[in-house]
Amino acid sequence: MIFTETLTKKFSSITAVAGVSLQVQQGDIFGLVGPDGAGKTTLIRMLCGLITPDSGSITMVDNAASGESSASFGYMPQKFSLYGDLTVMENINFFGAMYGLNGTIINQRADEILQITNLFRFKQRFADNLSGGMKQKLALTCALLARPRLLVLDEPTFGVDPESRKEFWKILYQLNQEGMTILVSTPYMDEAELCKRVGFMNNGRLVVVDSPKNMKSRYPYRILEIKCASRQPEIFQGLPEILESNFYGDKYRLVVQEAKIAEAAVVEFLQGRDIPLYRLKETKPTMEDVFVALAEKEVVEWSMSSQPVN
Amino acid sequence: MSRILAVLYKEFLQMKRDKLTIGLIFMLPLVQLLLFGYAIQTEVKHIPTVVFDQSLSPESREITRAFTASGYFDVVAATGNYQQVTQLIDRGTVKVGIIFPPDYAKQVRSGDTAAIQVLVDATDSMVSNSAIATANSIGLLKSQQVLAEKVGQFKAPYDIRVRPWYNPDGITAYYMVPAILGIIVTMTMVMMTSMGIVRERERGTLEQLMVTPIKSYELMIGKIIPYIALGYLQITVALLVGAIVFDVPIRGSLLELYLLTLFFITASLGIGVLISNIAKNQMQAMQMSFFILLPSILLSGFMFPREAMPVFIKALSNIIPLTFYLTIIRGIVLKGIGFAYLVPQVTALLVFTVILMGISIMRFKKKIA
Amino acid sequence: MEYVVTTRELTRRFGNFTAVDRLNLSIAPGEIYGFLGPNGSGKSTTIRMLCGILEPSAGSGQVLGYDLASEAEKIKPHIGYMSQKFSLYDDLTVYENLDFYAGVYSIPYRERRHRIGEMIELASLSGREKDLVAHLSVGWKQRLALGCSIVAKPSILFLDEPTSGISPTSRKMFFTIIQRLANEGTTVMVTTHFMDEAERCSNIAFISEGRLIANDTPDQLRNQVLSGVLVEVEVAEPMQWLAKLENLPYVKECSLHGSLLHVLLEHENKMADLRVYTNSEVNPITPSLEDVFITLAKRDRG
Repeated sequence: MIFTETLTKKFSSITAVAGVSLQVQQGDIFGLVGPDGAGKTTLIRMLCGLITPDSGSITMVDNAASGESSASFGYMPQKFSLYGDLTVMENINFFGAMYGLNGTIINQRADEILQITNLFRFKQRFADNLSGGMKQKLALTCALLARPRLLVLDEPTFGVDPESRKEFWKILYQLNQEGMTILVSTPYMDEAELCKRVGFMNNGRLVVVDSPKNMKSRYPYRILEIKCASRQPEIFQGLPEILESNFYGDKYRLVVQEAKIAEAAVVEFLQGRDIPLYRLKETKPTMEDVFVALAEKEVVEWSMSSQPVN
Repeated sequence: MSRILAVLYKEFLQMKRDKLTIGLIFMLPLVQLLLFGYAIQTEVKHIPTVVFDQSLSPESREITRAFTASGYFDVVAATGNYQQVTQLIDRGTVKVGIIFPPDYAKQVRSGDTAAIQVLVDATDSMVSNSAIATANSIGLLKSQQVLAEKVGQFKAPYDIRVRPWYNPDGITAYYMVPAILGIIVTMTMVMMTSMGIVRERERGTLEQLMVTPIKSYELMIGKIIPYIALGYLQITVALLVGAIVFDVPIRGSLLELYLLTLFFITASLGIGVLISNIAKNQMQAMQMSFFILLPSILLSGFMFPREAMPVFIKALSNIIPLTFYLTIIRGIVLKGIGFAYLVPQVTALLVFTVILMGISIMRFKKKIA
Repeated sequence: MEYVVTTRELTRRFGNFTAVDRLNLSIAPGEIYGFLGPNGSGKSTTIRMLCGILEPSAGSGQVLGYDLASEAEKIKPHIGYMSQKFSLYDDLTVYENLDFYAGVYSIPYRERRHRIGEMIELASLSGREKDLVAHLSVGWKQRLALGCSIVAKPSILFLDEPTSGISPTSRKMFFTIIQRLANEGTTVMVTTHFMDEAERCSNIAFISEGRLIANDTPDQLRNQVLSGVLVEVEVAEPMQWLAKLENLPYVKECSLHGSLLHVLLEHENKMADLRVYTNSEVNPITPSLEDVFITLAKRDRG
């Protein structure tokens, strides 16, 4: 559906996107993740034609579409981009008219999409008076009016509460089921888990592209979860084999190199200080762990062993 | 005190980095002065004129000469019929048409009242006023001469000599430059201050400041002082341009001028701060600034003499700080008078400052809603 | 225990809309107090009232013993606040921003350099002191904003969604700093939509439509809010399964957590049924705060 070849964009001295070759297949839910300033938004804007690349090419192919190329993709930008002083329906009518749709069709589609996005009851409400999650759903509604075959979303769930986020993703899944290809960037790693494929960007480069499952199975470290009588956040810092330690209210989550050695070190350390240990177990890595490993460490070996970027 | 200094230093850094605004602050007085100084001429000369002389006599030619000699009329065309006169005026090619009747010379010689018709295009009142006034006085002068010749007396019965003081040559720039200075300061003070404060509100930095121990007045003072400095910078630039380019003489004391200007700056700042209190965004601040600016330009006596205004409008012009400052600055620059003569104006500005700033500081609470 | 923040029936109305509805909170010193709730539930409004920049419509509150309505200015020297909106000066450098706030909080000149150095160290901003804020990425900006709000070493810190829109690594860094501050005795009140951050809090208040609907430690919330047995199901296509499972009679709730499904069953004995139905592993788990959040949000609405 989308093919890019060595796409590059510089802003004065900063290379925002450096030679990105990306493929998004028809029917994909492609997640774009990466640290702040990795170039995700720039890449997305180039795909949408809002920024002209310095070099490289973008090809959009739509096998199913019958030539209405402009209507075949919908875009939802990072910032809330609707009119707060217009009602839900007024916003929809305006954007529908921008796509050149007539009133009857707009009404018909709006009803349909508003049912999906659960905004039907709020047709007459001013956009400013919607909650954060509802605003995002309205933006989605507007992006869907032209019945796009491809939907591009830039951090659609920014600042949205957990329940509304889940609801939003349910909608995305439903759309995907109906045949829509989705490209979405997100800072939430639980959302990345829901993508069919995830691309990790760093410093303008697309470092890894793979399914979340494969990414997790290639995770080079082990994770230990510890419950003990201590509440000092940084108590395990500096023990052998421990790369990172985080404290979550009642438990510690350690990223370790060699599980057996680390376990022994932890047990010994706690015994030496007379801190009772309640539980110590290994858990599976999440996409969050994968992200941290990719972002913080230069795991050359790991990304090399991973499936080559296609 | 440390808090005011912190705000001052921050404002200084921000101004320093905002090259465009700094450029504008210097360019504004320069460009405005050059434009207005050259373009604005309240006295209209060289009005294109057509003559339809049906008399074709020495008498009619003499009057025509008197018109051209005054410098106000340029005869650009002569025509043989009335219709063409009206056509030329309609088209805008000429503004004035002078028509001598066929028996003009005969009437003059016989001692009858000779009528000359002067048609004036009055769409532009500035031009028409000038034309009418000059035409009238030429008519009067010529009548007197004719009368005197007739009676055989060579002395005119009256000799009224007007001595224009302060600006004997009637140079518009002398009158305009100090006034433009006032306009520029109003613009900078009202617009920049209001936008500067509203910008902090828009960006959310004001909310951050509200939760700090800073006092409202400390924030105000810190934000205002840099603008006072800017105002003085602009005045200096404007005075220099005025003196160098337009040779405007500064007859009064420069020190006094700078001192009294402070009251005008604070009054204008008062308006700016008040706007920033009311406006929710920079757009609104801009619009409100214009709402203040236009009446300042039109009613303060900058463009039109206040003496000619209807009573109500004249009263209205009394709530515009610029009205008073124009008297002050024209007084000091052109008349060379000092504070002793300007007490009422300075008092008025002081009252403006106290009222506007008072309202602003009382209104500005460290609250969001 | 002496509380540093207490509110009694604290209420704020905007027109006919009640944003905060008779809220009673108490925050103990040194706590990391998580303030959770759906979008638009009144979290920011509450925090703004506690910071003394928004007047309560009714009720009262005290911060450090000072009354919110009458002594707001006395509170301000002792608190730090980070609003949801990014609020630093883009056209100043990292150092200049810190220096400005040091001045605003009247930190004596001779201490300033040292204090700013401490903040730069604490917020991991070293090496970027001379960079304009406009050139920083979001994660750095948020840490700088935090640095600015604690430059006067406040005893209470109010943070309104400080980690929205920043990457997982930046978020971790940010919370590590908060934990360090809390360990040194600063009380922190923080709103967040990230449940792993909520897990790091020592106490959690959950509000919905302006009303407090739960307030306890994360442990207690996990153990008490959900009625039934929560199990984790690992299936290949979780999204498809979600709809199917939601309609099963013995399933009370079903939600997605990453690639896993969390299913709330009426009773333990239904686990076997579910195992057969999905043909996958079904394991009982302790509810996460995310489960708690969703249950509370749904319950309050329903």
